[in-house]
Amino acid sequence: MAEHILEMKGISKDFPGVRALNGVTFQVVRGHCHGLVGENGAGKSTLMKILSGFYPHGTYEGDILVEGSVRHFRGIRDSEHAGIAIIFQELALAPNLSIAENIFLGNELAQNGVIDAAATHQKTQQILKEVGLDLDPETLVGGLGIGVRQLIEIAKALSKNADLLILDEPTAALTETETETLLTILNRLRNKGVTCIYISHKLNEIFRITDTVTILRDGQTIRTLPTKALDEAKVISFMVGREMNEMYPYRSRVPGKPMLEVKQWSVADPEIPGRLRLNRVDFTLHSNEILGISGLMGVGRTELAKSLIGAYGKVVSGELYLDGSLQRFETPRQAILAGLNYLPEDRKGSGLNLMMDIKENMTLASLDRVSSRGVLKKNLEIVESERYVQKLAIKTPSIEQKTGNLSGGNQQKVALAKWMLCSPRVLILDEPTRGIDVGAKFEIYNLMNDLVEAGLSVIMISSELPELLGVCNRILVMYEGRISAEFSHDEANQEKIMAAACLNPTEQQ
Amino acid sequence: MNESIQRNIRQYTMIAALLAIWLIFTVLTGGIFISPRNLSNLFLQSATIAILSIGLVLVVVSGNLDLSLGSVAGFVGAIVAVLQVNFQMDTVSSIAIALMVGALIGLWHGYWIAYRRVSALIVTLGSFMIFRGGVIGVTGGATIGPMEDSFKFLGQGFLPELLGPESEFKVTGMVLALTIVAVLVAFEVVNRSNRRAHGLKVSSVGALLGKLAALSLAAAVVFLPLGAYQGVPMAIVLVLALAAIFHFIAQDTTFGRRIFAIGGNKEAAALSGIDIKKHILVLYVMMGIMTAVAGIIFTARLNAATATAGNLFELDAIAAVVIGGSSLAGGVGTIAGALVGALVMSSLDNGMSLLDMDVTWQYVLKGLILLAAVWVDTATQKKTRF
Repeated sequence: MAEHILEMKGISKDFPGVRALNGVTFQVVRGHCHGLVGENGAGKSTLMKILSGFYPHGTYEGDILVEGSVRHFRGIRDSEHAGIAIIFQELALAPNLSIAENIFLGNELAQNGVIDAAATHQKTQQILKEVGLDLDPETLVGGLGIGVRQLIEIAKALSKNADLLILDEPTAALTETETETLLTILNRLRNKGVTCIYISHKLNEIFRITDTVTILRDGQTIRTLPTKALDEAKVISFMVGREMNEMYPYRSRVPGKPMLEVKQWSVADPEIPGRLRLNRVDFTLHSNEILGISGLMGVGRTELAKSLIGAYGKVVSGELYLDGSLQRFETPRQAILAGLNYLPEDRKGSGLNLMMDIKENMTLASLDRVSSRGVLKKNLEIVESERYVQKLAIKTPSIEQKTGNLSGGNQQKVALAKWMLCSPRVLILDEPTRGIDVGAKFEIYNLMNDLVEAGLSVIMISSELPELLGVCNRILVMYEGRISAEFSHDEANQEKIMAAACLNPTEQQ
Repeated sequence: MNESIQRNIRQYTMIAALLAIWLIFTVLTGGIFISPRNLSNLFLQSATIAILSIGLVLVVVSGNLDLSLGSVAGFVGAIVAVLQVNFQMDTVSSIAIALMVGALIGLWHGYWIAYRRVSALIVTLGSFMIFRGGVIGVTGGATIGPMEDSFKFLGQGFLPELLGPESEFKVTGMVLALTIVAVLVAFEVVNRSNRRAHGLKVSSVGALLGKLAALSLAAAVVFLPLGAYQGVPMAIVLVLALAAIFHFIAQDTTFGRRIFAIGGNKEAAALSGIDIKKHILVLYVMMGIMTAVAGIIFTARLNAATATAGNLFELDAIAAVVIGGSSLAGGVGTIAGALVGALVMSSLDNGMSLLDMDVTWQYVLKGLILLAAVWVDTATQKKTRF
């Protein structure tokens, strides 16, 4: 029996314009719990998707060896047959089916197509016991909490005789008690000989449960070390690693009066009853300031922005002052009219209408300005769009070009122009440079500087630490729906931000 | 230019298909199909579906649908007939009440779809049944008529002849056609100079002349046979006026632009501050009114209301809109296309009736043509997806 249950050698994977993985080597020892960490975009998920067969053999370079022999997975079924089970962040249970039905979904205990209910029931009970659940196998999954569902996913994986269990951010949506239960169960399974790969941003969990840790950065394996040989500071420095260069046009400023004050802002989670998505968030944005918001994916950055403009969740408590006056926006329209504008994170999904052309997208949020009594002034619309195409140096043959045909950078500029046309006072930019090339990024940073000089206040939400450090006058860090730290430009560095983003604030001191 | 050709390619295809259908029927009927009398009838028959299609375009563009058009049109027609025949109400009042009923039904649809988040398919499928029942209830299963003369005029009447009623050849149609072409030419010229002033590309002079020639030809095809027969029917004037109004709403108003935005990307529209619920509600009220207009015209043409009036109109209208280039996925659609689609559907009905084709095959053929049109819809969508 090979020492390594899994070896991935020289794995490289290209996406259009980006090399997501570059010669990654990853080895997992049988019976170990192996942690996999790295910044957003470091390549963890891509690596696991290759392992699971989601990206089939032939779409990547390198070899996958299971139990010492090379395997070519053409789909998820192939990897399951090889004993590998992935539990994705988005749980894939059918809420309208029972626990037993879910566990044996696609794998039914059946003869000639007729399900053996008794055997299913008995087997389910047995498996549930393994993951420490004492539930009736006939219970519908829809009524169960996220933590329990996570355990059912694990039970499902065990039912397929998985030797290697991969958990991708399993505790992202769990409460502390649920996390505790999950970690205990995983420990027990490990002692029984189940190997697992544990992907998490939460370093305390990594240190509690793993034997070995692999750190990825920019699509490369940086280190694989025994957990005992590491501490949090070391892991963070490996994760961050890179040096800052002159890609960022930083301008230091003296902040003016408060433009946007948010006090004790709490928002209920629309998907998980009883859980707060945002928990007493407090912050102030001043005039003449670019404020960065950092934090890992899913901690509530986008939800914070959307809840402020009335596009997310139910605000449980809190106050919002825009330029000194108390406001509560029920709809994005009210926020837009009051001068609080939000550039959404998903450019194609919620920022632009790709079927419409440049001018129609640009004026969509400010149609009242290019119309009178509901009739469009098409000439004015053309003039205004032309102005912004030139101002933002959007490369296009015509303002009648469909935005779906533009490059990412130019699309983002169109989206920015849309909000600039609304003449906002406060502009929240959510991941404004995601997926665009370095040149366009630089232009967008300069544009942000120009906007602030012209009197706007800007918030930039970003997962890229270097750009936050390179552009923002002040940086907030979020953890689990709360603001966990605040740094001025001078005191901020990647290690401090990473620490605040990965560690529970109550455990930091 | 290339892109605009691509965008319009289906419309051109459909015009070509329409002409092909006409050619086939002309040959098969030994020329009867193309006779002024038949074409005049054909246009008149298409009026109801055309009006429904004009209203339906924006509904489809918004990403919704209306399956109740036929039942509601029949229901409104029945109400008008009962008001006039049983209650001796005059034309104007009965029409006013009918339009109001249409608007209320639209409000009902809009409320359930926009504010109660029931899918448009289900809400209007419900109304499809509710108002079919309504028609039977109002008419008592009987044919109700005849209607007031002034009301009948809407469905059967003609524009007064400029040369006097005795004239052998009717010129009103020609005058109307020339006016329409002149107005469109004027629009085109102003539009071109505007675009040039803003440095936007304009089509070549050749393309412009070709477009104008096609336009004049279309006007001639519609208005010459009308002139050679009995003149211009009121219903056709109404269809053209409504088409112009809805074209304007779709292209030149903030409301129309927002409907396209909602159908193209709902999330982006919402984050751009568009009140989606309100717009969908207003849209269905408009649809309700248009349905009422269609019901009125249909009842006026038949000079009576029947229990089966309007049966399956919604399917003809949906087919017409889809054939005319609207995408059921939302975000795409034109009024002009829907008019062409309505003509395709009516031409099939008319031609097959002339041929005395078995009703079985009439349905089968229309069904296959709808299938082909929707297939073109999905096939072209795949190609243009980014």
